[in-house]
Amino acid sequence: MNIFKYFGEIFGAIKSLWAGMRVTGYYFIHPGQIVTQKYPENRKTLKMTERFKGEVIMMHDENNQHACTGCGICELNCPNGSIEIITDKITNEAGKSIKIIDKHIYHLSMCTFCELCIKTCPSDAIGWGQEYEHAVFDRHKLTKVLNHPGSSLRKKPSKEPNQE
Amino acid sequence: MKEVIQDIIIRNSDDYIINMGPQHPSTHGVLRLELSLQGEKVKYVVPHIGYIHRGIEKMCERDTYQQIIHLTDRFDYLSAHMNNEAVCLNVENALEVEVPERVKYIRTILDELNRLASHQLWWCAFGMDLGALTTFFYGLRDREVILDIFEESFGSRLLHSFNTPGGLMHDIHPNFQKRTKEFIKYFRKKLPEYDQLLSNNVIFQMRTKGIGYMSKEVAISYGVTGPSGRASGFSCDVRKNHPYSAYDKVDFKEILDTTGDTFTRYKLRIAEMWESMNIIEQLIDNIPEGDYTAKMKPIIKLPVGEYYQRVETSRGEMGVFIISDGNKFPVRVKFRTPNFANLFVLNKIGSGNKIADIVAISGSLDLVIPDIDR
Repeated sequence: MNIFKYFGEIFGAIKSLWAGMRVTGYYFIHPGQIVTQKYPENRKTLKMTERFKGEVIMMHDENNQHACTGCGICELNCPNGSIEIITDKITNEAGKSIKIIDKHIYHLSMCTFCELCIKTCPSDAIGWGQEYEHAVFDRHKLTKVLNHPGSSLRKKPSKEPNQE
Repeated sequence: MKEVIQDIIIRNSDDYIINMGPQHPSTHGVLRLELSLQGEKVKYVVPHIGYIHRGIEKMCERDTYQQIIHLTDRFDYLSAHMNNEAVCLNVENALEVEVPERVKYIRTILDELNRLASHQLWWCAFGMDLGALTTFFYGLRDREVILDIFEESFGSRLLHSFNTPGGLMHDIHPNFQKRTKEFIKYFRKKLPEYDQLLSNNVIFQMRTKGIGYMSKEVAISYGVTGPSGRASGFSCDVRKNHPYSAYDKVDFKEILDTTGDTFTRYKLRIAEMWESMNIIEQLIDNIPEGDYTAKMKPIIKLPVGEYYQRVETSRGEMGVFIISDGNKFPVRVKFRTPNFANLFVLNKIGSGNKIADIVAISGSLDLVIPDIDR
């Protein structure tokens, strides 16, 4: 009786190992079903999804104009202090002094991608960029100025109802 | 429950003490276990925690309620969505805001998807702890499909701050329902492979069966919740006992077992994966139309009082306790995280075993270290 149990256990053990080997063996002879991606090789053609949170960018149109009024709501909502806004005062054609944005500084190294700045921006001036390779040798390179040099505030066409 | 469970550790000067961690791969993070040995047997296990304490509870006191959400991702990063939901539900209940039905359904589906992804990664890591490297690749292969669904809808794969008090950040992506249904169909075929590869393996069974026995009394007195507690017969499923979101609309079983050893905790998590797929299948076709967020004020101020809300994460019961004095910042926020309670039962169920068994036991408790330290 004991000897049957002894050999039964051995055969059960070999059967369980065989079942596991069969799974790996199946994928060994069906290489088409293996799903792996090589990281750097499809870098040119790789398209991220449209909602991908790469980094915060400021959208500029073809005339190098943006929609940021420098209201500072994104700076207020950021939980980590990764946005700093430096504003400037200029006098426009009508002789009125108005506030414009001088530098919209974004610290990528401190950003936690919570999306509160983009969600609360009243003029939809900032959005997500698609860049996903952020490794640099010096961490100061992660501090970015979002408004392009020489850019200006886009003139509002007229009173337009909000899209949402 | 008359006997008092004693857990007093007496250190002798001639104990042979070794440190497991903080860089040991099987502790899944920076956890240091002080093991006292007698030959190859472990006399006691003392966990030393706090290597990645970030003071999130204190940070919450200078943040508004919307800003707290993204910090809760960083506790248990594998069940980020459930952690977010705990804070959101608490704020919504305090303000007595009724969120749309659509939000409740989507949150429940995302909870279960997140639970699946979390259990898959646990399966990978548990197999790897016990020397089965193959499981790691097979588990990650299936987890990748869920993470791609997440990436399309939320923009990020792991820490998706997708909830906000009152609803969701965005509506789900148009492809979400189609891809989730495809995933369920795919994963129903792949999950039996997990059993063939690891569960029925004789070496794996000999290393896990009858090791790390935890009785129901121990589970209750230590507050061990989640799959680890349910494997000992402790009925602690918040989804079943105190339903939130759309869990009262779905028909699902709370999986219980009474054996309480390492292998039972393993089997229970595999069974939970089947149950999660059942829940998703019931909801995915019936998502009602409507808004994805309720109308909320831009600055949320909770009424004066104390609020508590708990949810079931993939590792146990997560609780959020908020004291408000009527301002936009909370006075005190306390998080009850499941892994903190689950870790400290390790001395009770681990002492007396061999060193290699401590790896199996702590793996079956499914510890995530940032959740302990927070």
